[in-house]
Amino acid sequence: MAVTGPAPPKPDTLDQEDLLRRVRPANWQNPEPKPRYDLAIIGGGPAGLVAARTAIRLGLSVALIEKYRLGGGSLDTGSIPSKTIIRTARVYATTHRAQEFGAPVSTELPADFLKITTRMRGIRARIAEYHSAERLRTLGIDVFFGDARFASADALAVGDKRIAFRKALIATGALPSVPSIPGLEEVGYRTSRSIFELTAFPKRLAVIGGGPLGCEAAQAFCRLGAHVTIVQNEPKFLPHEERDASQLLSFALARDGVDTRLNTTVVRVREEGGSKILDTSNYDAKDSIAADEILLSIGSIANTVGLDPEVAGIATNPAVGVVVDDFLRTTNPRVYAAGDVCMSHKFTNVAEASGRMAVQNAFAGRRRRASRMTIPWCTYCDPEIAHVGMHVWDAGERSIPIKSYTVMMQDVDRAITDGQDDGFVKIHVKAGTDRILGATIVASRASEMINEISVAMSVGIGMRELAEVLHTYPAQSDAIRLAALAYVQDRPVSWLRRTWGRLRA
Amino acid sequence: MDELTGLSDDALIDRLQRGAFSYLTEFANDDNGLVADTSREGSPASIAVVGFALSCYPVAVKNGWMSRAAAATQTLKTLRFFWNSPQSDQPDATGYKGFYYHFLHMKTGRRVWQCELSLVDTTLLLAGVLMAGRYFDGGGDEPEIRELADAIYRRVDWQWAQNNGQTVAQGWKPECGFLHYGWEGYNEATILYVLGAGSPTHALPPDSFTGWTVTYQFENLLGQDVLYSGPLFTHLFSHAWIDFRGIQDEFMRSSRKDYFQNTRNSIALHREYGARNPRGYEGYDQNLWGITAGEGPGNDELRESYRDRRFFGYTSRGVPYGPDDGTISPWAMLATLPFDAGPAIAGTRRLLEIYPQVCTKDRFSSGFNPTFRKGGSEWLSEGWFGLDQGLLVLMIENYRSGFVWEIMRSCPVIRTGLKRAGFKGGWL
Repeated sequence: MAVTGPAPPKPDTLDQEDLLRRVRPANWQNPEPKPRYDLAIIGGGPAGLVAARTAIRLGLSVALIEKYRLGGGSLDTGSIPSKTIIRTARVYATTHRAQEFGAPVSTELPADFLKITTRMRGIRARIAEYHSAERLRTLGIDVFFGDARFASADALAVGDKRIAFRKALIATGALPSVPSIPGLEEVGYRTSRSIFELTAFPKRLAVIGGGPLGCEAAQAFCRLGAHVTIVQNEPKFLPHEERDASQLLSFALARDGVDTRLNTTVVRVREEGGSKILDTSNYDAKDSIAADEILLSIGSIANTVGLDPEVAGIATNPAVGVVVDDFLRTTNPRVYAAGDVCMSHKFTNVAEASGRMAVQNAFAGRRRRASRMTIPWCTYCDPEIAHVGMHVWDAGERSIPIKSYTVMMQDVDRAITDGQDDGFVKIHVKAGTDRILGATIVASRASEMINEISVAMSVGIGMRELAEVLHTYPAQSDAIRLAALAYVQDRPVSWLRRTWGRLRA
Repeated sequence: MDELTGLSDDALIDRLQRGAFSYLTEFANDDNGLVADTSREGSPASIAVVGFALSCYPVAVKNGWMSRAAAATQTLKTLRFFWNSPQSDQPDATGYKGFYYHFLHMKTGRRVWQCELSLVDTTLLLAGVLMAGRYFDGGGDEPEIRELADAIYRRVDWQWAQNNGQTVAQGWKPECGFLHYGWEGYNEATILYVLGAGSPTHALPPDSFTGWTVTYQFENLLGQDVLYSGPLFTHLFSHAWIDFRGIQDEFMRSSRKDYFQNTRNSIALHREYGARNPRGYEGYDQNLWGITAGEGPGNDELRESYRDRRFFGYTSRGVPYGPDDGTISPWAMLATLPFDAGPAIAGTRRLLEIYPQVCTKDRFSSGFNPTFRKGGSEWLSEGWFGLDQGLLVLMIENYRSGFVWEIMRSCPVIRTGLKRAGFKGGWL
């Protein structure tokens, strides 16, 4: 099929128009629906897109309905824009330390935010090509732009069109949660969906919420020259991570100049003299924070707005979103769900994996369980904080004895030469065995390193084998081999016994 | 300080123990038994320091520094104060629900600094109260000591401190209710759960202790197997009173270790960290270590030798995850005597040889940072802290004679509490 149109622009001049041309073309004509689709997918984010491609590969007819832009929150406002900005922030942080490396570079702050967001838009548009409506149409997917709602147990309505299905997948994602803090609505705030649309760089930024998004944004804006205060209502940042990881992050945020407030709640927001004022309470200590912008990052809630799931007999629940069983099926046996709308781990990798899994369960006769997924995740601060598998408390609750083998990055040659020696690799092993149950990595590139552990866990490589795997030297990931080596050195007796046993056998 | 380093090991230890003890009498209010938190002008009393002082009087009697009658008199005054002082939810009370505020006015005995009702510090006070109740087994003032000790302990409402949860809250304030610092992992609180479990009146349920131990991390770190906790003091406080040699709870049984061994391993970890000295601080060595909670040089930043060197004020420092700003606590090595005497003495001697200024009037200062220099001299915490002195007296005594451990092994509350928390074996 010949594709006509203007010559593709060079990547460094890609802009918002290029993005929209790909993920929400202005002149898009929704196709005439087929009498019935094998699979109708609501939502063109990571879960929906993967599901659509998986279904096409299975030879199914697919309708994909997107309300806003293809690519979903991940591309539009989430992972991609934030990682792009974080990269620039790392450059600033490195140049700030340049003298340490014998390189006399200096960078003026605050950063030129317009240049940074222009780069971000270009990158987003480039990546959007893989999810473009045109490309999906070429694959044979019927792409509809519009609001979808359930019209019956086996049909959707999109505008005045009826889309009948054998099976459907809800992949509508999640929306940022907004707490009921008095004055917040009046004073105004931004969320992950709008923070990167800022046109003026805020001199003072207040971040409410110390989860992954909040910590990433706090550090990045601080490094770009904003005075950032982050308010967290719990005793530690990243409440889902272990103490040592959270603590290292606290040090790193403070090192970069972020004003960190733990155990602190925002009780009221008001406007005063052109500033947004957050009144806070840390037990009995009251304080106020003045800011130009407020970023809300207290988590997200499943998005079922306007979907009318009850019409199709699909149960939802404010706490979990669309209710699914372990096979991702909703209370309507024809309808599945995937991604942030139903998963407790609201990550792009989980969305994609669950999208694929739902289609395989629905059509390919597979019975794959969502609870069996080995999910690695990462918070992209500096250092990065990545985790996979069990935490110590998960094992404790299931009475699984656990022992952890830790290597500090300050003892890893490549981390030292890189000037990136904050952090650790901690691998949790079932006590008395070789089996890896989980790991936490805090390191400059923990997001990359954790995948080695995921591979080992997925294919059942134990610590002993891992210790035998040659790693490049020097490499930061060598810390993983060193942790495995600590395991081997810790268990010489059992090793001898096993070898002896093998020799005798 | 040549005078000190010239002494034999035994003579040196004796001298430093006596020097430490003299703090507790010099900075005490003889009317109510309260002892100042620090030697600084206007310092309030710390209830934890009083707990150490109560435990140290019997040691002083044993070593001939105090008559038994004088020790009984001082102890009785202290116990009468704690029994009779106001217990209520008023913001200027001395305590509430049997617990006490962390800091009290030296003279009035009322809460100062709007501080918290502290569970850990009340526990350390109670350890001293219970020790007094066991030691003073004679007539005269002594029967009243026993009665008051029992009454003060029985009054503590441990169950209230659970705040409807499984584990205990770490503090409470009349202004805002319970405080949760997010305890996760091992720390100095073992004795808290033991005393809480041993109560005949308001005992913590058995699952309260296990609700805490489930967050423990058993780790291989720098080649050492440790139940991890960063600051050195967390491996010492409970051990000042309880002899953990040979007794095991469920966690230690499954790890085939005990808490005493764990402190030994943690000391080895601290020494290894001192040898590696990853951040390149002055002084650190396998025989110069002691990173724990305490005062520091303050919030200053130096970027010398191309290193990010930030210095902190009062904070809980730890190994190996940090924070570590080059501050060591000069008393800490000696406080590890009962666990591994060789390194404790070698380290203390090395410290006294290189940096004699850390010890004045035979008392160690609380914090020292040879990396942080101002006006040509290394930063040194001013004066002395009562906690450091009290801990040293008890630890040195346990090393020399096991005296404190022996008394507490016979204490029914400790025995019951340990058993209810799942400890078995050894002397139990």
